[in-house]
Amino acid sequence: MILRLATGSLLARSLTVGMTILSIALSVALFLGIEKVRTGARASFADTISGTDLIVGARSGSVQLLLYSVFRIGNATNNVTWQSYQDIAARSEVDWIVPISLGDSHRQFRVMGTLNAFFERYKYRGDRALTFAQGHGLNDLYDAVIGADVAQALGYAVGDPIVVSHGLASFTQHDDQPFRVAGIVTKTGTPVDRTVIISLEAIEAIHVDWQGGALAGGQTTPVDAIRQMDLTPTAITAAMVGVSSRLDIFGLQRWINEYPQEPLLAVLPGVALQELWQIVGVAETALVAVSGMVVVTALLGMMAMIFSSLNERRREMAIWRAMGASPATILGLMVLEAALMAAIGAALGFALLYAGLWIAQPMVDAAFGLWLPIDEPSGREFAVLAAVVLAAAVASLVPALRAYRLSLADGMIVRI
Amino acid sequence: MTDAPLSLVDVHFAWPGKGGFALSCPAFVLAPGERVLLLGSSGSGKSTLLSLICGIATPQRGQVLIAGTDMGALRAGARDRFRAARIGVIFQQFNLLPYASVADNILLPLRFAPERRARAADAIAEARRLCMAIGLPDNLLYMPAGRLSVGQQQRVAVVRALIGAPPLIVADEPTSALDAATQDAFLQLLFDQVADAGSSLLMVSHDERLGAHFDRVVRLDEIVTTKRVPA
Repeated sequence: MILRLATGSLLARSLTVGMTILSIALSVALFLGIEKVRTGARASFADTISGTDLIVGARSGSVQLLLYSVFRIGNATNNVTWQSYQDIAARSEVDWIVPISLGDSHRQFRVMGTLNAFFERYKYRGDRALTFAQGHGLNDLYDAVIGADVAQALGYAVGDPIVVSHGLASFTQHDDQPFRVAGIVTKTGTPVDRTVIISLEAIEAIHVDWQGGALAGGQTTPVDAIRQMDLTPTAITAAMVGVSSRLDIFGLQRWINEYPQEPLLAVLPGVALQELWQIVGVAETALVAVSGMVVVTALLGMMAMIFSSLNERRREMAIWRAMGASPATILGLMVLEAALMAAIGAALGFALLYAGLWIAQPMVDAAFGLWLPIDEPSGREFAVLAAVVLAAAVASLVPALRAYRLSLADGMIVRI
Repeated sequence: MTDAPLSLVDVHFAWPGKGGFALSCPAFVLAPGERVLLLGSSGSGKSTLLSLICGIATPQRGQVLIAGTDMGALRAGARDRFRAARIGVIFQQFNLLPYASVADNILLPLRFAPERRARAADAIAEARRLCMAIGLPDNLLYMPAGRLSVGQQQRVAVVRALIGAPPLIVADEPTSALDAATQDAFLQLLFDQVADAGSSLLMVSHDERLGAHFDRVVRLDEIVTTKRVPA
């Protein structure tokens, strides 16, 4: 009956109560939404590369190696010689190895030289493989496969010519050897979207006439002659390695790190991603803090609402008192009402969030490559909801205590 | 001998704070089943006296005895329960929680008074019986109280005061919001039901014309002396 009366009292003030509930609902939805985006971003980030056991590059830091080899941010300090690459590839633990060669660019996008095997071996978001939205892989020496962002930003379609620039942000063009767009990779939400992929031989081919970063001599070798040449590279930037047995990962990693002929570094992508996330993670803490403040603001609004309603409810409290309710009952009633509002608000916010997720999930995935999983509400989310209700009850204690004192002083007689 | 439903003994009380109002009442007794009209104009200490009788305020000196129990000797929580159990209260107006149904309003005091609930047996049937007796249509029971007319609301307040037959009914100008014609009818209904429940009635009013209906008329200034503490 008390619960029914509390509900009735809330319904009687449906406009102000509704607004308060709405603000709590929105703040809860925002808080949980941020939480979702945060875990989604973390997961997407960690899912940038999967299925690769080790990334091998010249010795530097693990985060740096990850940044340039996977995220195409920054540059390699040094290359890995073809000899070292072959030594690693010859190890019995190695199931597969895919070399990558970086350094050139096309417009604002990086160019990466690799093998066709890259398209099979590169996995993201669990076990997803790259697929071609259009066209096919690297069949000809002058074939290029472009990521979805490249295609979209530059308006390229299969068959369009591409000229690779030497180095990054460079004015020197490899315009003597134009490429042709052979395929476009489906959007992945990974750095592959922003990469122009050509074959490892093609990287050699466009640098045939280059020595020490400049064109040597005035004559360029004709394309036909280049096609006849041995285009085995002398060095690569990094390599992705898969092992036959996961037990061998650490043994192979140590062997590579102790490789005597050249200083090399092998990192586990997952571990390096974790390290990198710790750096990026500061921003997420700030986000959580801000959305937490929004919840606090909503609860303060509720507190103000209860406060302002106290005066007009003195009569009501007098009736309760006359009927035998103690001031403690009145305090309890106020807290119950606040908890009810918060509970309804929290539940509504929760529903709002899932409805929003359901609608926005495909859009967010398409636009940002950010996969927001809609799974069973976690215990953590329920803990947040419970905390909101609890916080509301605690916040309402302040006006409730005032009601308590008012009802002590007024008793049954209110001078209106 | 049964204890009087209400007796005040050497009561002295002053509201706390400066500019407060002080009141003393040497002796006042209400006999069982008696209907007393307490006449007093506003500012004569009516509200203060009612607060004391209902145990909302406790006297600094003296005793307020309800059926032989000293209200002042009870702890606050017990006093609230005691009030719920022994006293039915009817205000001037705005007696009801407007958002609650008529039935919930009527049953509310029972929530705080197990004895009255036990006496009412089937509470909702009892509420229905009292409503019929006082002329409230049955279908009002589940309407929000705020939708009723003032006259109907006052009658609901009477039903609420009477349910579970508390020994003492305190009414604070219950007719002031009603017009003259309705007043008499209302009082008659009130008296019938009070007599039926065997309760005593203490009604406070400034309207001397009501006196004819009562067993006894007491002027407030005959039993009470007041003084305003200078600020």
